[in-house]
Amino acid sequence: MAGLVLAGLAFRGVGPIDLAVAPGECVAILGPSGSGKTLLLRAVADLDPQQGEVRLDGVEREALAGPAWRRRVGLLRPESAWWRDTVGEHFPDAEVPGLERLGFRREVLQRAVAHLSSGERQRLALLRLLARRPRALLLDEPTAHLDAEATRAVEALLGEYRERERAPVVWVTHDRAQAERVAARRLRLADGRLSELAPA
Amino acid sequence: MTILPLSPLDLALASALVLATGALAWRMQLDVTARLLIAALRSAVQLLLVGLVLRALFANADAGWVALVALVMLLAAGREVMARQRRRFTGWWGYGLGFVSMFLSTFAVSIFALAGLIGTEPWYAPRYSIPLLGMLLGNTMTGVALAIERLGEEVSAQRNAIEDRLTLGEDRGQATRELRRGSMRAGLIPIVNAMAAAGIVSLPGMMTGQILAGASPTDAVTYQILILFLIAGSTGLGTLVAVWLGTRRLFDERQRLRLERLSAPPSAG
Repeated sequence: MAGLVLAGLAFRGVGPIDLAVAPGECVAILGPSGSGKTLLLRAVADLDPQQGEVRLDGVEREALAGPAWRRRVGLLRPESAWWRDTVGEHFPDAEVPGLERLGFRREVLQRAVAHLSSGERQRLALLRLLARRPRALLLDEPTAHLDAEATRAVEALLGEYRERERAPVVWVTHDRAQAERVAARRLRLADGRLSELAPA
Repeated sequence: MTILPLSPLDLALASALVLATGALAWRMQLDVTARLLIAALRSAVQLLLVGLVLRALFANADAGWVALVALVMLLAAGREVMARQRRRFTGWWGYGLGFVSMFLSTFAVSIFALAGLIGTEPWYAPRYSIPLLGMLLGNTMTGVALAIERLGEEVSAQRNAIEDRLTLGEDRGQATRELRRGSMRAGLIPIVNAMAAAGIVSLPGMMTGQILAGASPTDAVTYQILILFLIAGSTGLGTLVAVWLGTRRLFDERQRLRLERLSAPPSAG
């Protein structure tokens, strides 16, 4: 089956979790703090040990080496880290798609990472991820540090990427209104279980 | 020319310097007096014992006994490397990392020097092999301990950067390239400094000892140069192995970062 499929995924007291996200579909996951939303995305990205199966476009995670798998599933963490001096050094190419869409000019690539605000870091970390063209997207609070205008720009950019690339997207958020804007299907993770979100 | 022997009285008089330092430390409330005196006593006892061991060993140059003494020295060095870590590798690795890297480096360099360069007969002749191994272990231990310490600290401090690099598809080698280099550099700095200062700032202990024991300064200097080069090679090899093995241990077969394989540092105070 195409898309992202989790079957019996279990880790640190959470799960087993079953979930299928079709190509081009966005699923929002809400739930109280500490319910394991971040751990769920880390488990899918294979950053932590876990039990169960994960498949992307029919390919088992274990069929690929860890780095190849992670390059395909594209996790965006809530706090980005930067390991070189300037922004541009973190991008694979000199050409960075989407820079202007998120309110940057090309000169930002020459800027020192240390001088970026948290909102700028978050938007640039998203571009850094998209520049590698992941097949799926695992988004952990991708607009937590952004104002309303920047939030809308990020939502629009991600929506286009999802449709253009037919990418399955899992979007973790605390914001119920955002979940309704970006995702047709909304789930709640609580007490180690995923369930349909009750209507507001 | 033979060495002028020291009498027990000479050593007793020299120990007055240690007692004076201890008294000063006590007076100034430095809180090291007891440790200073115990360390001084310990060094005297350890050295006297090793003197007896070496005397017996030289009288009976049996390969098995040489190997046993070498193993004991290596075990002690491995323990010392582990004791110097704030964050230790958990389980057997805490000890094994230093042990394996020092075994590979110091034994390889010792055999190369004894069999290939000095040409002793037999190659493991204890009068050469044991002091040489001791000098290599003592210095390689410092480099390996510093490199492992740096590796653990940096991987812990840069956990987020490493995981972000992993999520972008980098492998463990790419995600740790800079900090592995930094760890290697940290391990090599002491021997680089020692070579830079040798002869100008410091007269190395081995050379001083040979001169005091009656060797000609040129012979002593030649040996000292050899020793410094051997130490550099052994330290380089040892830190390389330690950093390589340590990095592999901190990632699993899926190339996930496994920081729980490092113990938490002891809390301050």
